[in-house]
Amino acid sequence: MPLELNAYLGIEPDALTVYAQRAEVLAANLANADTPGYLARDIDFRAALAAAGSSPTGALQPTTPGPADPSGASTDGTQVSTEQFLKYRVPLAPSLDGNTVDSQMEESQFAQNTVRFQAALTFLENRFSELTTAIVGQ
Amino acid sequence: MALFNIFNIAGSGMSAESVRLNTVASNLANADSVSSNPTTAYKARYPVFQAIQASLMSPGGADPAQAADAAVKVRGIVESTAAGTARYEPGNPLADANGYVYSSNVNVVEQMADMISASRSYQNDAQVLETSKSLMLDTLKLAQG
Repeated sequence: MPLELNAYLGIEPDALTVYAQRAEVLAANLANADTPGYLARDIDFRAALAAAGSSPTGALQPTTPGPADPSGASTDGTQVSTEQFLKYRVPLAPSLDGNTVDSQMEESQFAQNTVRFQAALTFLENRFSELTTAIVGQ
Repeated sequence: MALFNIFNIAGSGMSAESVRLNTVASNLANADSVSSNPTTAYKARYPVFQAIQASLMSPGGADPAQAADAAVKVRGIVESTAAGTARYEPGNPLADANGYVYSSNVNVVEQMADMISASRSYQNDAQVLETSKSLMLDTLKLAQG
């Protein structure tokens, strides 16, 4: 029985994609920490990953495939989109200029996202080393 | 790839904050400048920040309200309209016919607070850049032993 590599790697590659896109959203929030009227956003991670898990191939569903938008291309060349899972943050303390970025919170979310990204990388790393062990046999 | 976009986004943030630091430096340096005319007195300058969607620049890009890639740019520099102070200094070579000189409208305390805010935001952006770089390097090393 041939090994289906995508199935073997499980959900981790999709999780990595979502983590990377979430990092981008959080970086945009931090870059616009002083922009008047900017509304902070975040990805609904649970919904995004659930969508990834429910699709038959396990990959995120391509929504708007188009050559014009190169962001977030998946391994099979179709576009992976988490845009539908983008939500606006509810501000804890809205500021007078309409900006809803809370730098401290964004920073802590970014740190958390980084740790999770690294954890997913470690899981993948272990998968690959198991595979290497199976191939080499010692 | 999303992690590559972070370099542009955080880079745009750092560049915007450095413009802000530049205006603070200019304002602080000219805080004590005087002029013989209220209209030519130095006015405090402030950058105006604006969020831009990178996808807006590519034709047929994603809906700007939905796209995640919001970089920041400096839309322009505005001058403060606050009134400067007139000081009676008849001995000053720049004094007008009545003996007054007109100083800038720079509020030094406000400028120092602005400087700290700009510096913190710059540090945040630099940290994001550093973290993303190490994540990318970790990903590159995946399954190499």
